[in-house]
Amino acid sequence: MTTRIFGSGIRRREDPRLITGQAAYTDDIKLAGMVHAAILRSPHAHARITSINTDAAKASAGVLAVYTGADIEGVLNPIPCAWAIPDSDLKAVAYPAIASGVVRYVGDAVAVVVAENRYQAEDALELIDVGYEPLPSIINPEAALADGAPQLHEDAPNNQAFHWVAAGGDTDAAFADAAITVSETINQQKLIPTPMETRSAIASWSSAMGELTLWNTTQNPHIARFVTCLVTGVAEHKIRVIAPEVGGGFGAKIAVYPWEMITAFCSMQLGVPVKWTETRTENYVATTHGRDHVEYVEMAADANGKVTAVRSVVYAGMGAYLSTAAPGIPTILHGLMYSGPYDIANIKADVYGVFTNSTPVEAYRGAGRPEATFLLERLMDKVGDAVGIDSVEVRRRNLIEPFDNNRDVAIGITYDSGNYSGALDQLLGHIGYDQFRHDQEHEREHGTFRGVGVACYCEICGLGPSQVAGAVGFGGGLWESATVRIYATGKVNVFIGTSPHGQGEETTFAQIVADEIGVDVDDVEVVHGDTDTTPMGWGTYGSRTTVVGGAAVALTMRKLRDKARVIAAHLLEADEADIEYEDGQFFVRGARDRAQSIQDVALQANVAWNLPEGIEPGMEASTYYDPPNFSYPFGAHAAIVSVDPDNGHITLDRYVAVDDCGPQINPMVVEGQVHGGVVQGAGQALWEGAVYDDNGQLLTGTMMDYAIPRAHLVPDIEVHSTVTPSPHNPLGVKGIGETGTIASTAAIYSAVMDALKPIGVTSLDMPLTPERIWRAIREAGYTGNGHGHSHDHDHGHGHNH
Amino acid sequence: MPNKVPITVAVNGRSHSAEVEPRTLLVHFLRETLNLTGTKIGCDTSQCGACVVKMNGVTVKSCTAFAVQADGAEVTTIEGLADGGNLTAVQEAFWNNHGLQCGYCTAGMIMTVTEIIERNPNPSAEEVRAGLEGNMCRCTGYNNIVRAALAAAAAGQGG
Repeated sequence: MTTRIFGSGIRRREDPRLITGQAAYTDDIKLAGMVHAAILRSPHAHARITSINTDAAKASAGVLAVYTGADIEGVLNPIPCAWAIPDSDLKAVAYPAIASGVVRYVGDAVAVVVAENRYQAEDALELIDVGYEPLPSIINPEAALADGAPQLHEDAPNNQAFHWVAAGGDTDAAFADAAITVSETINQQKLIPTPMETRSAIASWSSAMGELTLWNTTQNPHIARFVTCLVTGVAEHKIRVIAPEVGGGFGAKIAVYPWEMITAFCSMQLGVPVKWTETRTENYVATTHGRDHVEYVEMAADANGKVTAVRSVVYAGMGAYLSTAAPGIPTILHGLMYSGPYDIANIKADVYGVFTNSTPVEAYRGAGRPEATFLLERLMDKVGDAVGIDSVEVRRRNLIEPFDNNRDVAIGITYDSGNYSGALDQLLGHIGYDQFRHDQEHEREHGTFRGVGVACYCEICGLGPSQVAGAVGFGGGLWESATVRIYATGKVNVFIGTSPHGQGEETTFAQIVADEIGVDVDDVEVVHGDTDTTPMGWGTYGSRTTVVGGAAVALTMRKLRDKARVIAAHLLEADEADIEYEDGQFFVRGARDRAQSIQDVALQANVAWNLPEGIEPGMEASTYYDPPNFSYPFGAHAAIVSVDPDNGHITLDRYVAVDDCGPQINPMVVEGQVHGGVVQGAGQALWEGAVYDDNGQLLTGTMMDYAIPRAHLVPDIEVHSTVTPSPHNPLGVKGIGETGTIASTAAIYSAVMDALKPIGVTSLDMPLTPERIWRAIREAGYTGNGHGHSHDHDHGHGHNH
Repeated sequence: MPNKVPITVAVNGRSHSAEVEPRTLLVHFLRETLNLTGTKIGCDTSQCGACVVKMNGVTVKSCTAFAVQADGAEVTTIEGLADGGNLTAVQEAFWNNHGLQCGYCTAGMIMTVTEIIERNPNPSAEEVRAGLEGNMCRCTGYNNIVRAALAAAAAGQGG
């Protein structure tokens, strides 16, 4: 018996092309006759366009055309928002691909130049003369909702995009009766996703055929085709969207943007292929951002620290327009997760979506769930402090007990399976929690400030049942599909509707196939990312690819196995009921030498010379899989940090993760997902934040100013796991792509606050930069010797939006 | 049009002559003129390192060099590392250790790690991390890139 391929940490099958420079990302593709577009973007956060003169640009060397908002009117429809949260008074404001009349954020498109090469296009951009009448602007989402704030859209009074409330239990009564209440103001700062590949598109229009081909760096080519159809008016079956190699997404490549629609428009006008590729500076204003919440959150508990209620008022910045999935993030993916891994009877989420004069906000790795986890963990720490018990103990008193099949929570959703205390116990063992606490006390007496932060989480992913998607206003289904074809040679192609871009499903899905039907993993090739060659699917985001798309692959293999069994019985002249299957062999029970391999059967099925009656030729099957529920991965993470009280510098000394994503198809890939997620979450806690000035200018507009984590700033991430299968899908798997960011921001923040506790600093805005820490330490009256400082001074909250 | 300048650059062992605008960046020359698209562009401020190539034996960020500066130089890109199907120890180590996910930073990472090991055949994890300061990755958290570098160094020691 060989090692089971499902569960083996084999090296990835997509890597050879990536380590040799042979992979083709969108910007690597050249088409005959291709020309280049560059987009002129508003330098103002809010302004009326009073004039545009494109004459000099049009006369510039190599320029084929210059288009403005007037040119697309009536040709290119506005960009639609695909997530209309019901019962929220959602304002679907017009989102034109090129602004006409008013620009609403720095980065809004004003014109596009098409030229023979990129340099010429950029040259001509500088020759476009635009007159602007600046208007007052607003960046902070809470302030934008206030009376008298500058107004972005006539049809969205007070800049309110929507107002959504979700509740379970009786939160007000629980707070009225509570022995302990704690509260916090949390700035979930605006983040810039920063996939290493910026966005890019190539559009090629065939006027003879009326066909549009769009190479697009997207996480969801089928959704991109559908939206392209709505915006360009080209029929859906005449559009082909190809997501070639995609260099990371993290949510920023979910949306269908104005930019690729402009690129398509240019190709349709000019009749030649047009390429557009962002610069990084452009990416930072033109590609969607994440988070951007101002949150007022409260928790109620009894005298023993048993939490009875949690409630919030959240102001979620949407940016200037509603991006494709934006309204669903602070609502469905955030407000519905206020129980986390805890047993909380009364929950209320009160969420305002607010337009601001900034880059539109979209999903960013974790999308809503990091924010939910952060507020729960922050409040849990405060309850622990109020009761006077350790931060781990307060969590332990509130975790939901282990369950293996369905647990309802107060907000009205049903978790699949969980063993939250099991993950926490394992974590504490790995970090040596008790020993750390013992050492810490001693160190503090000597003026050394180390802290430990523990975050427990449970998250909703594996999106999701289509009926639920419809009920919560998502403009599509959330099922997935797979078509598997076994050729006469026994080799296998797997065509999938999801669209991996770094997560490794070319390998893990091949492992599913190999496991289900006994072929060699090297005999399987997974095809994705092309709407002409793959079956319909909804894409890769929300940790859904393996949970939903992998299930579709597994179920397809089981169909093929059933068909193969019938053919094998016929070939072996045996009764189908007597055929057994093991490791790619179909054999007569009790006579293993009377066998047909899957390859034998595939050959016979494909030539069809001798098939049983009623069996169609070919060895191909498809599955459209709609999951009965979401999946709910969980875990416990811990960070250990040191704070230098003299300069505010934080060192991330250790990071330990225990995650449960059910059975792991490829542990090496799972581990890699956790590594990356944890470090991205560390970025939010310690370094990252989109900073705007009072005029709405993005000050962190380049990689020099926006600080994503670098190698020397982070430790080796220690990754462990527990395995609790989900009862809701045929593989028992749960998602793993977002757990790292969901847990690590909270764990690291908590660790820093723990380190600063003896100094008397109790609350700070993220990112926890050395300057912020240093100022807070000074304001708390720390004198530098670890003694004689005040304990009763709570550092107030600075609002830096 | 700006005046064009003739240059001759040996890239991956092959000599190329071309006329380029003085403002043409080396990375654009490699990608657009020579169609060597394995070298990537990840930023426009020399931070990310996706465009790292080797020029006359040392790594440079090809987005921060003009093509004319490479006149007469020998340049090695990611496409020039593997000898036919034989991957270098660094490439092999990236593959074995899951040192890449989306792959976009990978060319620059492999070029940089190759140089780190050339300069210091037995680096510590800390030295590798310091050496990667000019290369950004958003997928891996650097964990397995460091592992790959250490594994490649160990392989080079005959280990």
